[in-house]
Amino acid sequence: MEFQIPNFLPLLPEITLATFGLVILLVVAFARRCGTSLAFYLAQAGLLCAVVATWMVADELNVTFGQMYLYSPLGDLLKMATCLIVAGGLLYGRDYLRAHGMETGEFYLLVLFATLGIMVLVSAGSLLTVYIGLEMLSLASYALVASNRDSARATEAAMKYFVLGALASGLLLYGMSMVYGATQSLGLIDVARTLFEQQAANRTILLFGLVFVVAGVAFKLGVVPFHMWLPDVYDGAPTPVTMFIASASKLAAFAMACRLLAFGLWDLIEHWRHMLLFVAIASIVLGNVAAIAQSSIKRMLAYSSISHMGFLLLGFISSVPANIHHAYASALFYALTYALSSLAAFGILSLMTREGIDAENIDDLRGLNKHSSWWAAMMAIVMFSMAGLPFFVGFFAKFFVLQAFWQAGYAVLTVIAVLMSLIGAFYYLRVVKVIFFDEAQDARTVGGHWFARGVLSANVLALAALGLFPSLAMQLCVVVMQNSL
Amino acid sequence: MTIPFLSLSIWIPIFGGLLTLCASKERQANLARVLGLLFAIAGFLVTIPLYTGFDTGSSAMQFVEFRQWIVYFNAHYSLGVDGISMPFVILNSFITVIVILACWEVVQVKVAQYIAAFLIMSGLMNGIFSAQDGLLFYVFFEASLIPLYLAIGIWGGPNRVYAALKFFLYTLLGSLLMLVAFIYLYLESRGSFELADWHALRLGLQSQSWIFWAFLASFAVKVPMWPVHTWLPDAHVEAPTGGSVVLAAIALKLGAYGFLRFSLPIAPDASQYFAPLMIALSLIAVIYIGFVAIVQADMKKLVAYSSISHMGFVTLGFFMFNPLGVEGALVQMISHGFVSAAMFLCIGVLYDRMHSRQIADYGGVVNVMPRFAALYMLFAMANAGLPATSGFVGEFMVILGAVQFNFWVGFAAATTLILGASYTLWMYKRVIFGAITNPHVAELQDINGRETLFLVVLALCVLGMGIYPFPVTEVMHASVADLLAHVAAGKL
Repeated sequence: MEFQIPNFLPLLPEITLATFGLVILLVVAFARRCGTSLAFYLAQAGLLCAVVATWMVADELNVTFGQMYLYSPLGDLLKMATCLIVAGGLLYGRDYLRAHGMETGEFYLLVLFATLGIMVLVSAGSLLTVYIGLEMLSLASYALVASNRDSARATEAAMKYFVLGALASGLLLYGMSMVYGATQSLGLIDVARTLFEQQAANRTILLFGLVFVVAGVAFKLGVVPFHMWLPDVYDGAPTPVTMFIASASKLAAFAMACRLLAFGLWDLIEHWRHMLLFVAIASIVLGNVAAIAQSSIKRMLAYSSISHMGFLLLGFISSVPANIHHAYASALFYALTYALSSLAAFGILSLMTREGIDAENIDDLRGLNKHSSWWAAMMAIVMFSMAGLPFFVGFFAKFFVLQAFWQAGYAVLTVIAVLMSLIGAFYYLRVVKVIFFDEAQDARTVGGHWFARGVLSANVLALAALGLFPSLAMQLCVVVMQNSL
Repeated sequence: MTIPFLSLSIWIPIFGGLLTLCASKERQANLARVLGLLFAIAGFLVTIPLYTGFDTGSSAMQFVEFRQWIVYFNAHYSLGVDGISMPFVILNSFITVIVILACWEVVQVKVAQYIAAFLIMSGLMNGIFSAQDGLLFYVFFEASLIPLYLAIGIWGGPNRVYAALKFFLYTLLGSLLMLVAFIYLYLESRGSFELADWHALRLGLQSQSWIFWAFLASFAVKVPMWPVHTWLPDAHVEAPTGGSVVLAAIALKLGAYGFLRFSLPIAPDASQYFAPLMIALSLIAVIYIGFVAIVQADMKKLVAYSSISHMGFVTLGFFMFNPLGVEGALVQMISHGFVSAAMFLCIGVLYDRMHSRQIADYGGVVNVMPRFAALYMLFAMANAGLPATSGFVGEFMVILGAVQFNFWVGFAAATTLILGASYTLWMYKRVIFGAITNPHVAELQDINGRETLFLVVLALCVLGMGIYPFPVTEVMHASVADLLAHVAAGKL
């Protein structure tokens, strides 16, 4: 067998990011005095370079390294979105980290490696690469959650995350091994081809494997019944880390679901659709109902993210043969807009942190309108967008998904999902109520660097701008999906 | 190039509102007021060409604007008004000017936000009345909840949080079901959000029924019809004066307008099938709610219930499917816009001085506020449907239509003349006439120039429409006739 040098070029973004990561490692080790600041700027530079690199090497659907690495417009879009979101997250989170004495070079290093894991995951072409990317992301995330090591809550959250995450990884690996056993291949393209060619071969073991794969994906998305870790981790982790888990990580989970289910195991759609249907509806119901009872805003957003991921899955399972791309595009649009709005929500929360006192409870936002009308309006926009009210992009995300879901023939379930979003509106409105209607207790407002505040405002206004003109973003999602699956 | 008057009427107030927000410092309150008033007047002025340039002979959409909006969903920025919606755009812009005038000295906290909320709401409401694209309509329809929610919640009374939330969730529930119906219609019409396509779409009775109920869930809450009216008294009582005025004068009309624009043309057979139910619900609203209004001890609550009762007249007029009924209902809607606005403003005038809305706290106001008492008298008479006021025209037309339809329906509807007179005039008597009951009343100051201004302007509108309603009914004829022909033809 002749040895061929694989094409390295498509890996440019990953290589860039990894290089910056290693440089940060050196900087942290050798530049003691200004290492932390330098690490921050290097991390930002690395992320932006990775965006540029992704833009430069963006290409049609193709593979390299055998089938290990699969690049596609979907991957490129998600990579760019992830890098930008992580860059934004670091910017918003820096003041929080400083206030808590948590700003170390290692923090930025871990974030960069977690991002690298997401990028590997996004362009994984084989089961093995999926697993490698996932582990890279997860291990870095466990460490990030525990980065405030003096806090018992953070440590507890990290332990929970780690134990359950390891279990989920195990389940996923177990499922993958069964898929491998049934199809004799690790490459997702080969798996898909084998499934297509031998319709009846080894169905039992394949379905058994599918169940575990779905469980792994569901854990990463954080949907019922694999949602237990989510509220504790959101609540316990430092806010910037929560921001990462709630935005970039969700994109990774979506990419993983696309790669494994919509691409590799596409032929089993009738089977995974029913599993995910239950998962999605249960998430929407439980997430929305449980969010009502929360007094901590991070926990509330955690439960709301469970229901948002349920909505995302509704788009995902609506893929009837007539409109495959339409359905996946709706899920992609939902994932991107959710990531953008949760980034903004946690960004505001972390910039509201003052002298080590966190903005963690809904009551901490009390009377924000008295001190800062601007940030009150910004938070309200995020909440309205998450509740799915027009003119904010959250409405169009929900509309897109529900339209696809109805088109797939789930009329009654659409109505249920719609009614659940009414419940959702209640708890988002409660936050708006606290901000605008209640009397202020202390002069708590959004602080931080002017540049971070400016970017955060732009981020929030993007939710409104995309809500006024959603056309381009929607078309982008559709075109990307058409060229990637 | 034609001037896009409809777009201007939507976006001038919205941008004006956003601009006013910039003057949000407490010491810039006067700047915010002036800016707000200027934009409200500008927003009103651009709607006047809608009337002067209106072709009364045509039932087609006029001042049409059509642009791409969401290409992927084939949704357009499609605007247009006909004889049914045009008067409401003008009414809405006019009422906004009054609202800004009325808040001048009264609102002292977060002035800029208050004015911005009402300006933005005005723009959104104009959008609702002129949208000719389902998705665009929905977006305006739901977005208009946000400013009113904030207005009730920030400047409202003691129980404002409860009222604001109840208002929001009630109306959101209905609109979400309507959204599902829109998605269904979008798919049935093979990917079109154009209302004209939906009007022409052939549908079976069963799907029409589902659509009718989904629309009913939305519009009945908004009107509000009995038995989903309970949010309205709460919202009115807690809302600031401006909120009550906009709620009564414009927001309630949205539901009724929705029936005409959506339920009737899209599901004509279902509308006819369910017409007896609708008529029954309307009559319950007229009579039962009329009795409820009589026993209210709170003035705002009383006028709120009287609004529900009057809106019952509107839905009654719609579902008899004769021109008199529908036109009468439309006239009633416009007249109610003026009269209820004026009633709430009058109550606001009293409340600003006494900080009480309880009827029992007043008595003998005429002795200290004679000018106010005279104007209030006119509006109370209009609310009771006295001839030569606008309240009479609409009610009379609807009653005529009802008698044409069925004598006993007309008979039941006519009881409103008695009920309306009893609750309004009895309240008026207890508040205004008699000896001065307590020292607070004795200290009252009569209305100042600003208050006189907006009350007199409204009084002129009420009288003008009562004496010579032709300019209003004239523009409606063609559109109403066309709508009724469409409904009569059916889709089966």
